[in-house]
Amino acid sequence: MKYLEEFQNPVLARKLLDEIHAVTTRPWALMEVCGGQTHSIIRHGIDQLLPEQVELIHGPGCPVCVTPLETIDKALEIASRPGVIFCSFGDMLRVPGSDRDLFQVRSRGGDVRVVYSPLDALRVAQQNPEREVVFFGIGFETTAPPNAMTVYQAEKLGVKNFSMLVSHVRVPPAIEGLMTSPECRVQAFLAAGHVCSVMGMEEYPELAERFKVPIVVTGFEPLDILEGVRRAVLQLERGEHRVENAYPRAVRPEGNPAARRMLADVFEVTDRAWRGIGTIPASGWRLADRYREFDAEHRFQVGAIATKEPAACRSGEVLQGLLKPHECEAFGTTCTPRTPLGATMVSSEGACAAYYLYRRLGGATTTPVEASSVG
Amino acid sequence: MCLAVPGKVLSIEEREGTRMAVVDFGGVVKEVCLEYLPDLQVGEYTIVHVGFALQRLDEESARQTLALFEGLGLLEEEFGDQWAIAAKAAGADEPAGTDQEARA
Ligand code: SF4
Repeated sequence: MKYLEEFQNPVLARKLLDEIHAVTTRPWALMEVCGGQTHSIIRHGIDQLLPEQVELIHGPGCPVCVTPLETIDKALEIASRPGVIFCSFGDMLRVPGSDRDLFQVRSRGGDVRVVYSPLDALRVAQQNPEREVVFFGIGFETTAPPNAMTVYQAEKLGVKNFSMLVSHVRVPPAIEGLMTSPECRVQAFLAAGHVCSVMGMEEYPELAERFKVPIVVTGFEPLDILEGVRRAVLQLERGEHRVENAYPRAVRPEGNPAARRMLADVFEVTDRAWRGIGTIPASGWRLADRYREFDAEHRFQVGAIATKEPAACRSGEVLQGLLKPHECEAFGTTCTPRTPLGATMVSSEGACAAYYLYRRLGGATTTPVEASSVG
Repeated sequence: MCLAVPGKVLSIEEREGTRMAVVDFGGVVKEVCLEYLPDLQVGEYTIVHVGFALQRLDEESARQTLALFEGLGLLEEEFGDQWAIAAKAAGADEPAGTDQEARA
């Protein structure tokens, strides 16, 4: 595929790596925010090819992982009700709730369906007017516009049997939350490229200035990540802290104005609890008042739910970059993708899953960039 | 889930008042909503996430970025320590004595 393969070119990766080795003189800790980037890094062994002084700390950017347990439990409760068709992206199916997951709800007779796009869920509602169709609307700023458009269309088309369980999260308040934590070791951020494709870069200069951290908007292919690292290290070595765009082919400074307008219309900013991390002020979106009738929490009146998190799971520390997955006692023993204790072991963007898939033997089995050609 | 992938627009049509495209992802073909990129044209590349085109993929800046990578290290190859460069390419240590020689 054009614009994927070019950005996996091993000869150029070597050049970038040499350049990073040449400019690094001191130890630096960089955080890649997005779980998609974490997977790319571990899969290609990028962290092991970097100078020893450059550490990549994995960030909280896995939407499935940070969705609060209470919201998962509400989803499970709604999905179990007779008459409901519950639609979700595939990677929510095995996320553990307090006592079950969506997969089990389905095998016990619940009508749980996987969709590729939220618009597919709206179509299911139109085709099944006698049923209640609920879509699980989670994700960062990348996923929020598609979900916002779907609610907007549901209203426009008058689809009364459609609603959404919304738990959206926003990156900039999470960066702020991480930087104000006393345990934070992060010195520079690789910002999530596709979040910025939508939101642009306007939210970041203030953060870079306030916390004196370089923020480099970074893509997802091996060369994109190496370029993000190179620019971040250059800034750190020079004592700078600017916002830079290392992913200009997909990110414009203003983002996507049409999508941002729709977000502002359909959603409103709210405080949000992040699973394993806690509540971060203004870090989420919920449906705005005028779309309340499409809010599944409102429609189904799922009240307070007593949640139960497995004590062994340390995913909160993993999500904050305080612990590497393999340092968790349960990693690979009681916790595997087949028997996950935490969401970070399930999701295609979870750090525990990335380490389990690509680095099971504790560091020796990765594919270096040189050996990889297809993404 | 946050992953968005580039694809090439094959065709565009209006459906129930919504602008939709057929997009090719290296052989896999999917329907994609264009409401957020209404001026996208057939033949252009776009970043797609959960069935929505979210941003145009700019060919010109993709080329520039690759050209920048190509150019990395060129100055060093031109003016750098040739023994060190050769040693690095061979994956070996610099032969003894070359330091002075190179600077003589
Ligand atoms: S390895 Fe399993 S138990 Fe440990 S932090 Fe990750 S998900 Fe939780």
